[in-house]
Order: sequence, then structure tokens, then C-alpha cells
Amino acid sequence: MGSEAMKITLKVWRQPNSKAEGKFETYQLDHVSPDMSFLEMFDVLNEQLIAEGGEPVAFDHDCREGICGMCSMFINGRPHGPKQAVTTCQLHMRSFKDGDTIVVEPWRAQSFPVIKDLTVDRSAFDRIIAAGGFVSVNTGNAVDANSILIPKDTADDAFAAATCIGCGACVAACKNSSAMLFVSAKVSQLALLPQGQAERENRVIAMVDQMDKEGFGSCTNTGACSAECPKEIDLSNIARMNREYVRAKLVSK
Amino acid sequence: MKVLQFLFTSSIGRKVLMALTGLFLILFLVIHLLGNLQLLKADDGYAFNKYAWFMTTNPLIKTVSYLLYATILLHAFKGLYLAYTNRKARGSKSYGAYNGNANSHWTSRNMGILGTLILAFIIGHMSDFWWEYKFGDIPWTKYETSITDETTIATDITAENHGAHIRMGVAGDKEVFITKDLYKETAEAFEQGWLVALYVLAMAAIAFHLWHGFASAFQTLGMNHPRWNPLINGIGKAFSVLVPAAFAIIPLYVYLLK
Amino acid sequence: MSNKLDSKIPAGPLAEKWTQYRSTVPLVNPANKRNLEVIVVGTGLAGASAAATLAELGYKVKAFCFQDSPRRAHSIAAQGGINAAKNYQNDGDSVYRLFYDTIKGGDYRAREGNVYRLAEVSVNIIDQCVAQGVPFAREYGGTLSNRSFGGTQVQRTFYAAGQTGQQLLLGAYSALERQVGLGNVKMYSRHEMLDVVTIEGKARGIIARNLVSGKLERHFGHAVLLCTGGYGNVFYLSTNAMGSNVTAAWKAHKKGAFFGNPCFTQIHPTCIPVSGHYQSKLTLMSESLRNDGRIWVPKQKDDKRHPNDIPEEERDYYLERRYPAFGNLVPRDIASRAAKERCDAGYGVGPSKMAVYLDFAYNLKNKYGRAEASKHGIENPDDATLIRLGREVVKEKYGNLFDMYKQITNEDPYEVPMRIYPAVHYTMGGLWVDYELMTTVPGLYALGEANFSDHGANRLGASALMQGLADGYFVIPYTVGSYLSKEIHTKPIDVNHEAFVEAEKAVQSRLDQFLNVKGTKTVESYHRELGLIMWNKCGMARSEEGLKEAIQEIRALREDFYKNVRVPGNQYEFNPELDKAGRVADFLELGELMCLDALDRNESCGGHFREEYQTEDGEALRDDEAYRYVAAWEYKGGNDWGLHKESLEYENIKIAQRSYK
Repeated sequence: MGSEAMKITLKVWRQPNSKAEGKFETYQLDHVSPDMSFLEMFDVLNEQLIAEGGEPVAFDHDCREGICGMCSMFINGRPHGPKQAVTTCQLHMRSFKDGDTIVVEPWRAQSFPVIKDLTVDRSAFDRIIAAGGFVSVNTGNAVDANSILIPKDTADDAFAAATCIGCGACVAACKNSSAMLFVSAKVSQLALLPQGQAERENRVIAMVDQMDKEGFGSCTNTGACSAECPKEIDLSNIARMNREYVRAKLVSK
Repeated sequence: MKVLQFLFTSSIGRKVLMALTGLFLILFLVIHLLGNLQLLKADDGYAFNKYAWFMTTNPLIKTVSYLLYATILLHAFKGLYLAYTNRKARGSKSYGAYNGNANSHWTSRNMGILGTLILAFIIGHMSDFWWEYKFGDIPWTKYETSITDETTIATDITAENHGAHIRMGVAGDKEVFITKDLYKETAEAFEQGWLVALYVLAMAAIAFHLWHGFASAFQTLGMNHPRWNPLINGIGKAFSVLVPAAFAIIPLYVYLLK
Repeated sequence: MSNKLDSKIPAGPLAEKWTQYRSTVPLVNPANKRNLEVIVVGTGLAGASAAATLAELGYKVKAFCFQDSPRRAHSIAAQGGINAAKNYQNDGDSVYRLFYDTIKGGDYRAREGNVYRLAEVSVNIIDQCVAQGVPFAREYGGTLSNRSFGGTQVQRTFYAAGQTGQQLLLGAYSALERQVGLGNVKMYSRHEMLDVVTIEGKARGIIARNLVSGKLERHFGHAVLLCTGGYGNVFYLSTNAMGSNVTAAWKAHKKGAFFGNPCFTQIHPTCIPVSGHYQSKLTLMSESLRNDGRIWVPKQKDDKRHPNDIPEEERDYYLERRYPAFGNLVPRDIASRAAKERCDAGYGVGPSKMAVYLDFAYNLKNKYGRAEASKHGIENPDDATLIRLGREVVKEKYGNLFDMYKQITNEDPYEVPMRIYPAVHYTMGGLWVDYELMTTVPGLYALGEANFSDHGANRLGASALMQGLADGYFVIPYTVGSYLSKEIHTKPIDVNHEAFVEAEKAVQSRLDQFLNVKGTKTVESYHRELGLIMWNKCGMARSEEGLKEAIQEIRALREDFYKNVRVPGNQYEFNPELDKAGRVADFLELGELMCLDALDRNESCGGHFREEYQTEDGEALRDDEAYRYVAAWEYKGGNDWGLHKESLEYENIKIAQRSYK
């Protein structure tokens, strides 16, 4: 704790709005504490920019504890930076070295248009969930919770898939800008659980159709999504979705 | 065929198509290799030429070969189209810095390029041998195999003398096989160093393509299971190294023995 | 506007109030529901569940959130679990016991009727969430698993690893998105509510700002539901998300909604301590950790030894010492104060000396290690084996929390005890609502953390998720009908109505005001300064003198804000600084009211601890005679508030000195 302050050079993507051309700007920060989070470093930068009469860098962030999925920086060529299983907000400056130059960009995908600077529009994800990422059970319809017995392993697998925070790092990392990991996580969760069986076929078809409509690329199994996923969602979910989808296409009426 | 329409219209369908055609081509590689290995036999090309004749005349094989051509075209052009749309999905701007090596193997990110190289190779390869064999002017050989002691004597002949078609028959106590000599054509071709080098490089491209492609096809088809993954990956890696290596050894062998 | 507070608690025996209410509340027929529009602001557990359920019922719903997606609301960050009186563990739980624990945990400052209803519907929540596919933790037999939380002696907390809030919110979010897909809910993400529009005393809509285009929008609704969370960020540093704010509730307050018990703030005992001046937020380590972690400080002041080098007999397990019956599982307010007491007395640890240890070594080895060893048939296991085996269990139970701790502090909690310190976490106070969750403005409701109800002066762990979902799934769908059944003849009001125009004009002039100061200080710096005042003088310990000073300081700061703040950019663009300016400006007003409320309450109860009112051994000293009431504050303009008291009657519970000893 409390080691020496670091000097960091930031190359940050600046783009005033979705229509404008963007470009990289370089900023110098001289007193970065290794215990700072990456976003706290941006707070410092922004305070500095405002004090100088400049425009602060717009970036998405909210919970700052790695769970809301809002933060979304592409850092030195990788979503959420160099550490495994960590969101940008949980990335600390001790993961960098004094004198480093860090390149920070927004997620880049046709389906995630830039709103401003490092902020992108990820509403495509909401539309995919709206297409089928649910169990159609109105409030009040439920039976007693323990009347649905679910083997622990199944519940654990469903939970592991359900931990997706919808940050979009999978799309950002994928060279194809594919959203398969995101979509498959939800498809898997509900395909594994007995509660999801009734809508199993319709769900996967509707969600994949919406995913395609949004303009995400196709999966080529590079595995980048899973490797960069801050929640380490497994590639087996994509395999499961493929199975579910083909099965649904072959058997559904 | 409406039930299979999704293979062409949806993202998952398209990749399933890539996987199925890919696996079919993998299977073809095995068959092709078994034939090629006949080249290594020291029988003046008898076995190889017989194999070539069989492959081009057997009706079943002929049918399958059309399927094969279609598969190659489908796999190649669907693949190229996929690469194109996937590139488009990134949007108008690409990353200033992109560190793909941190999260994926380079072969997986370059299947399009590797595939294009392979396609170019297949075109060259087909025009070198397939076209030549079917329509080109290549040497002829007559094999006479004694029925009693199974020794084979090969004689160079010209097409003009024997009618320009391949045939096999029995004359006295000898089986006579008159054929275009693809073996000789191949042996002569592989005496050229640059061509051998090109072939070896193409095999490297295939190896890298399969390094990702083999296991990837299984993932696409939904086969991802902790108990089976090591097996699929193991076989995939072994296949992607051994099969192209075996292919590559042949031209090298011919070249070095010339 | 009513000056008399009518809590509208139904008559009759406690256990029958809700059933009775539900059976007699006026209904709206399906055809009329289609013509009634409901605005839901906020999409956390309360908002998402309310929006989804009302849409399922047939109402036309518009939902708003300031985040880029409704799934990001801060409910997502709740870690430990959700309480429900299922008694699946057969350990003596019941609706009554959950009700009792909640009232007692709240230090007898909550309404009996509301809390009993909460306990009643808690069981339905679990059923509903399971039906949605929420992957709760399970036992090998396939049944649901439970764990213990503070302030209770039964295991009634359902959980999904350390991500229960996430799983519950994603369940509610998926129900919401389903309705969005069906066209029953219109979702407005990246929109912030900036005022409530009232017409003839009734809430009739809102003014919202599209945070991307910057444009102001007018939206009509027959009823407006505020599900906008708590205001813990008034302290600058808290476990709340960066965007969590009081703005919606505050605008409602200024439009006539009374603010209930604003000073009741929950300081959570187990958070990662502050590490530097740049700190932007604090991170919670779930209360569930207190199931297995033991809290201690060295017996010797200013002990500089490494914690692992301090022998057992030189450690002071002060919670176990002071509260043998509940030990490490005392309620949050008590655990927090005890930590502060130790640190103030000079026994704190870590570089700042403002931390205590939360140590897993004992249970890791002795509880889990031994259990695993006997499960595996290992006889006389050595320490290394026990630690190895125990570590696996702890990893499964709390792995994500341990990883998070390590990521933030660079210390491995499997090896070294965690250092923790209390931090602002939740606000029990909020908009005053009646039994129907309606504020003092007809047609304006407040749900979840945004209202004041149910938790009294201190909330028990795993009860916030319960309350949010109870309000959204099971309470508001009934109670809103009571109001809307009388509104079926009200046609949608044109948003060009002068009330909308006036409200928008006021919002516009406020935005202009922020942008036109063009001073030199950042919004952040004001927020930080306010937070410091609040934490020091209206935080874990409060005094008359401190609170009076705080009010003066806040007023001065507020004045300075409007003179020297610098808000860059302009209105018609994506401008997070402008959004923040509005939120901080509201905090600057709220802070004063919190101090005023704390000053009025000359007693200590729950999260409100006035140094003047404590027992000899430092426990909170309640004054039930004088302060057994809900303080509902009416805004009267400027720095002026009027106090209305809602007396709390306990007909079923005998008020007692709260004891966990």
C-alpha cells in the first residue's frame, strides 16, 4: 500500500458525439497512486481538465464494484484492461508501471454506436433480452419455491451463466463483434433450469434472431470473449446455445 | 428444405454450415492422403495411378466428388462472406490498439486469410493435376502385371499408339493397365524446388487452419463437454499437425530423391 | 394537501390486515386499465418489479432510468441475500418472527402494519423469483439453501453466492423486458426525472431530461411511482453507485411530499477502508461474511505486529465479548458503532488505524476444514490439510468477495485477515408513505429504499431486497388500484397543459443556472466537501453542537456552490457533469434537512446515535416517551421545514430495550 506515485501517459479517444469524427488525445498524469482504481485516475484527469477549462472525458460507470456492467473501457487493446476476470472499475493502477502509456478507447461495434468519447449505446442487449430472455410467468403465478427441485450442479451451472453483467466486453474483444457469449449466457441459464423448459425453443430462436437483426457479427470460436469476460462466462454456453438453436430449428413447429 | 433454410440465413446456421462442410473436408483430407501415400510406393506409380483411375471413374466416387467441389466452394465462399460481414460488424472505426494475442490464438483470428491461401492453393493444385489429368497432355504408361507372380512391368507409351482412354484388361497371363501417368506427372512436378516449397507452405496453411478449425467445428456443433474436450482438442491438434505433415512429406521426398 | 398524517393502516388484527385490505380494495377492470398510464421512475428491484407487474395487469407503463439499461440499477450490487419467512430450515421461523425481528432490529421505529405485511409477502417473493429462473443456491437434494444474517437467530436468508441482488434484479429486469417486448412498457433509459408535475394537487406526470440529447421531455401519467433508491451518496463516500442520487425524491419533496426520518442512515460495519484522498466510493464486504469471519482488534493499543503474529490471547474479539448471545452477528448499527468505539479508543489497525480485522482463519480451519476432513474420512488431519480443505469451502461460499477484496487491497484474505471499517450503505429514511405506499401527494408513490417505511431506525441485513420486491411485486399492484379506480374518468392530460409548461420552465432555468455560474470549482469538489461535513457531524455519532455547525457549514457551501461551481459543456449534449451538478445541488439541500432531523431527535436509536444519549456501556438510549414517532418533514420553501409527527403504536409487540447480549 501507498507506494510511490506513478507518471502515466494516457491516449484517450475523444469524440464529441455519435456523428463527429473522433481522434486520440494525449494526456499526462504525474501523481497516479498505485492504489487508485482506473476510473479514479479518470476522475483525477477530469478534475484536471475541468480546472483547465477543458471538456472532461465522458465514460460510463456506476457501481464501481464490478457488478453493474456499466464501465466499458478498451484499454491497451483489451476490454477492461490487462487483468483477467476484472472490470475496468476494479482495475487498479498497480497493474501498470510508472511511465506507461495507456491507450483507452470505447467498445467498437456497429451495434454499439459511440455516444460520446468512451460512452457507447448498448441498448441492443436490452432488445435481445426483450425478445426472449425471460420466463413468462406473471407475478402471482408461482408455485412454492421448493416444489421445483433443482440438482445443485444444475443450479450452479445456471448461476455461472447468469452472472453475466451485460457489459459488452465479449463483443468488444471479439474480432467479429459477436454477441454470442452474452446471448448464450441467458439462453443457457434458462435452458438448464426446469423453469425455462416451456419456452425453450421459442426463446433461443427469438433471441438469436434479434441478435442477428442488431448487426452483431458471427462467432468463429476464437474464445476471446470468454477470455476477456470479467465474469468468466464459459464458452460451453455458446456450444449449448448452438445445440439449442439447431435443435429448436429442427423440431419446433 | 425449408427446415434447413436456417443454415443460410442465421448467424448460427451459417457457422453450423461452416462446421459441417469443414468436417467433410477434413474427412476428404484423410481419403486424399491415403491416395497420396501410394506415391511413396516403389512400384513405378502403379498403385497411385490405379487409385487415380479409380477415383475418376467410380460412379459413387464421382458423385461424391461433385459434392466435394460444392463443399469446397460453399466452405470457401461462405467463409469469405462471413469474414466480410464480421469485419463490417466492427463498424466504421476499428481499434487503435487491439491486442488479440492476449485472448485468442492467432490462427483463430486469421481463418479467413488462411482459408484464402488454401483456396488459392486448391485452385493451383487442381489446375496442376486435376485439370492436367482430365484434359492435359500428360505421359502414358502401360503396366503389365503377371498373374502368376504378380510382378509388374511398366512401359512408357504414347497416347496415339493406344487410343486415348484409360483401360484395364487381361491379355494372356497378364493384367494390362494402360493409363495416363499421373505419377510421373507428379514426380516431374515435384522436381521443381519452388513448387515443393509452395506445397509445403500450403500444407502449413492447412495445418494452422485446422489447428483452430478442427476443434472449432465441434464447438459449433454444440459439442463442448469437460469430459470430451481434451479428446477432441487432442485429436484436433494431432490431426492438424500430422495430416498436413504427411501431405508435405511427399513432395519433399520426391524432390530429395530425384 | 393533508397536514394530518393518515397512515391508512387497515383496522383489524395484525395478521389479517393485509388479507382484509386485498379483499376489499377497489379494483380497476381490465378495459379501464388499458387507459390508465403509470410512470415508474427507477428500475431497481422495486421499480422493475412494479413496472413489470403493473404492465402484466394491463396498465400502460412508462419506465425511466438514468443508467444505460434498466439492468444496471444499484440493486444489482446487493451481495448477501434476501430474507423470507419460509422456515425451510425448520428452525422456528415464522411470519411473526420475521416481523418481530424486523421491528426490533429497527429499534422500534417502524410501523407494525407495514412490517407484518412485508413479512407475509416475503414468502411469495421467493416463489416468484424461483419461477422466473433466479438461480438461488441449493442443497444437494435440490432444495433451496439458507444462511444467517445479522440480528436473527434463524437461517432465513436465500442467496445466490455473493451476487443475490444481481440475480434478483436480473429476474425483475427480464420480467420488465418481457413487457417491453410485448409493448406494454415503454422504456426510457438514460433519462433522468427532474420534476414531478402536479395538477390540482395530484401527481400527473414528470419532467425528464434525455441525458443523451439533453432535451427536456414532458410525460403524463395517471400515477407516478418513484422507485429511485436511497440517498447515501449525500456522504460522498458510500457503498452506493456513483449515480445514486436523491434528485427524484427531493423534487417530489419540494412538490409537497413529506420526507420521513431523513436522518436514519445505515452505516454498514464491513466495508473496505478508505485508502486515499482520490477515493471515489467504498466497497462493501457482505454481511454474510460475519457468518464465518470473526471480528477483532489487538488488545494492545497501536499494535504494529502483523495480524498473523498476534497470538490468540492478545486479540480482543470485542463483539463476542460484548454481545455473547449474537456475537459477530449483531445488527449493523451495533457492529458499526462497536468498531468505531475501538478505533476511536486507539485500537484500530492498518495504515490509517481506522479499521478492524475480519478474520476467517478460525472457521476456515476449524469449522470447514474439520467438517471436510471428516467427510473425506481423514483422521487426525494436520493444520495444512485442514486449511487446504477449509479454503475450498470458503472459496465456494465467498470466492467472489475474497477476489474483490484482493483486487482492491492487494492483500489475500485467505492468508491475512481482512481490514474493514464501517461505511454509509443504506438510508432507512425517505419519502413518507402510507400503507398504500402513497406519499402526501395524491397519485405519487414511493417504493423500495426511496420510501421511509418498514426498517425503522436500522435495517436488518437481507431485508432491503425483500422490501424492494415486496413493494413492487406484491404491494403496489393492489394499492395503486385503490387510487386509480377513482381515476378511470381522467383522460390523459395534454403535456401542453400549463402545469407541464411551468414545471419544464423551472427545470430549464435551474439547468441554465448551473451552466451560467462558470466558476472555478468542480462539482466533485463540492460533493466531497459536503460528504466530509455529513460524515463528521451527521455520521455514526452525532451531537447537538456538531449538527448545528453542520447546518451552517452546509448553507455556506450551498451558497458557494451557486457562486463558484464550474459546469463544463452545454445542455444539449451528453454531459455527465451537468447531471452531477443537479444531483449534488439537491444533496446540498437534503444534507441540511438530515441534520435538522437528527437535531430534532433527542435520543439514540438504530442508525441514529446522539452522543448525548447513551447508556453507561455505550449503547443507544432510546426515548420512547418523546420520540416514538416518524418525523415527516414538510418543505416550506428556502431553509424552512415543518415537522409532522406520525405516532407509532405497538399493539402486538412489547417495546423493550433492544438487547443482543
